Amino acid sequence: MDKYINIRTFEDLYIACEKNEKTIYEISQEREAELAEISIPEVRIEVKRSIDAMREAIQNGLYSDKMSVSGMCGDDCMRLQRGFEKRHALFGRLYEKIVTYALATSEENLRMGKIVACPTAGSCAIVPSVLVAVSDELGITEKEQIDALITAGEVGRIISNKVQLAGAVAGCQAECGVASAMSAAALTQMRGGNVKQILNAVALAMKNLLGLTCDPVCGLVEIPCVKRNPFLAIHAVTASEMALADIVSKIPLDEIIDAMEQTGKLMSPMLKESSEAGLAKTKTAIELEQKLGM
Amino acid sequence: MRQSSIIDIISPIMVGPSSSHTAGAVRLGLLARNLYNGIPKSVTFRLYNSYAKTGRGHGTDKGLLAGFLGLAVDDAGIRNIFELEISKSFEYKFEYLEDFNRHPNAVDFVIKGSPNIVISGDSIGAGEVVINKIDNFTVKLDGKFNTLLLIYQDIPGMISKVTSKIPVNIASLNCDRYVKGEDASMCIALDGELSDEIIESIRNLPSVYIVRYIKKLES
Repeated sequence: MDKYINIRTFEDLYIACEKNEKTIYEISQEREAELAEISIPEVRIEVKRSIDAMREAIQNGLYSDKMSVSGMCGDDCMRLQRGFEKRHALFGRLYEKIVTYALATSEENLRMGKIVACPTAGSCAIVPSVLVAVSDELGITEKEQIDALITAGEVGRIISNKVQLAGAVAGCQAECGVASAMSAAALTQMRGGNVKQILNAVALAMKNLLGLTCDPVCGLVEIPCVKRNPFLAIHAVTASEMALADIVSKIPLDEIIDAMEQTGKLMSPMLKESSEAGLAKTKTAIELEQKLGM
Repeated sequence: MRQSSIIDIISPIMVGPSSSHTAGAVRLGLLARNLYNGIPKSVTFRLYNSYAKTGRGHGTDKGLLAGFLGLAVDDAGIRNIFELEISKSFEYKFEYLEDFNRHPNAVDFVIKGSPNIVISGDSIGAGEVVINKIDNFTVKLDGKFNTLLLIYQDIPGMISKVTSKIPVNIASLNCDRYVKGEDASMCIALDGELSDEIIESIRNLPSVYIVRYIKKLES
């Protein structure tokens, strides 16, 4: 069991799964238990705490239209729910739930509500929206939800070995991008995907978000962060569908993460959470800055 | 590289909107509180750079104060901390500064009372923080480990005297001093816990002036 501690790359993880005939969450929970010197059930209780808090944030967000301190965002989830009442989404009920839950969580975050940073607060709605909407619609058991979130956590952990999960360090690819890749893993696990399919889902999701900049208007976690969350939740579903059909990423996952690290380094600091370029310096953004006195 | 944990990735449960600017601020406040270990007369929170520019919109000011008052990152009281009774236990104010030599998310806690002390730290992303200066001493306190902090006289043999009293594994050890032979600081991050007796025995060592045992923060 000692060797799990040394799992640093996705290849290490894949080999460990194959050799021991285990799936990702089994390896990951054993590793976590050993690292924290606690039992596997104790690890799972911690994970369950996060799931409970995710559900609570969604519930609170669905029923609020309170605006953020800046007054820029906060009432779009209400608008979306009213829209779906009038006209159902083209992609059906599950799609409606995912985007609604994502917006509910994002908005709960900006009004200083309680959320789960997964992996960060700005990207806090992507994993919960997919996890909760899909598990409720498909009747996924609590045990399976915990398995899925551990799988997602392991994906985030391995990426964070190479790239710090912070917009200021590597842009939004390292925040919402990673959250989407984690969601793709969780979803593929929930739908019975094997290790290879799970890792391909991560690869496909991540590969298509490389270079995503972090250029928040007024430096606040609001524009474009709030609406970006539902977009990247759906992105995760596309990745998972392809992977479950055994579509393989031609570039191996670890190499994609290397590319992500390089891209983050090459990205101008002006596009990494400093609000000095991009959306943050559009004419309208500058007017908003002046209005808010920032 | 540090061995990372999946629980760190799928937590903390926190009051929004920003892991670095809100939860990070609370954690810095909590560490400063535990370091100070008493009720001050006044605290000036100096926010630098991005903390200064976007702090109000992110509740960084509220977070720093709430942490210093002992609220956890998921406490709903952070939102209206300025109205809560506990925030009236000492005077406080906020200053907003720019200094390009400092981290984008840097803060000083300028604490007046007995004693007067300045604690400095950075919020380095995803809710992770580090306290890196106490007055003129360089330290390294990130809240991830139970940590023993000492101020002592810089004389030979002190490290072995202290570490020989510690029965648990040491994760990291950082020492610093200003002038040879005068005050020095030692920061010891531990994989386990220390009992009150052990801390007391270290406190009783000759030439040890100040000992603080700072428990790791909840994730």
